[in-house]
Amino acid sequence: MFLRRTCKEVAALLIAREDRELPLSERLALRLHLVACDACPKFARQMLTLRHAMGQWRHYAGPDDSPE
Amino acid sequence: MPIENQLAEHRAYLLRFARLQLRNEAWAEDAVSEVFLAALAKPQSFANRSQLKTWLVGILKHKVVDILRQRSREVHLDEDGSGDGGEELDALVFKADGHFASQPADWGDPEQELRSRQFFAVLEACVEKLPAAQGRVFLMREWLELSCEDICKELGLTSTNLYVQLHRARLRLRECLDLNWFGRPATT
Repeated sequence: MFLRRTCKEVAALLIAREDRELPLSERLALRLHLVACDACPKFARQMLTLRHAMGQWRHYAGPDDSPE
Repeated sequence: MPIENQLAEHRAYLLRFARLQLRNEAWAEDAVSEVFLAALAKPQSFANRSQLKTWLVGILKHKVVDILRQRSREVHLDEDGSGDGGEELDALVFKADGHFASQPADWGDPEQELRSRQFFAVLEACVEKLPAAQGRVFLMREWLELSCEDICKELGLTSTNLYVQLHRARLRLRECLDLNWFGRPATT
């Protein structure tokens, strides 16, 4: 099926969207997979945590470092 | 306090990020020296220590981009992606049929932890362990906050090559943090 993706492919999409906008067809395939899969939503949450972590680190790394 | 002493206070901090981004001791020293030259050439009054630091980090980021641009040839010499363990990593995370080899762990909601110095130390250690080429482009995205388009332009990379590098860097970083932070035995 043209919308069917493996977990490995979905993980690649979840990583890729940190750096580029996904085409509509890939976004659709991603959503379809995420509602049907156990593992990938967990991976998606990990990627969100990573994004959040990098944001915190960036803050820590300046230039908007908190006053000391 | 004389400006020399004020600058000296920030040297270690600036060097740490220059090293992490450039992966080259001599380049990192150069970058920080140039930041200090800029600071001395244009002495301004800073209301407090943190304001000076903010200014220095801003200049450092510019100097670092200059160096990456000048050294782009050397920066991606090792960058065709072969032999960086990318395939081994894939095989560790995924089975041949494309399923996860093991379920991704629940990392919980570590709001507080993500702001701790300890966490940042582990995160930086994980970034440092990335292959040099991957680490550089990853931090160009995450520390210098450059667009993919700009990174390709500065380094003379194709977008395909850049996306492969970033993919591997992010997957590897996830593994490293899973192993060394989120998956660690609970401590109180």
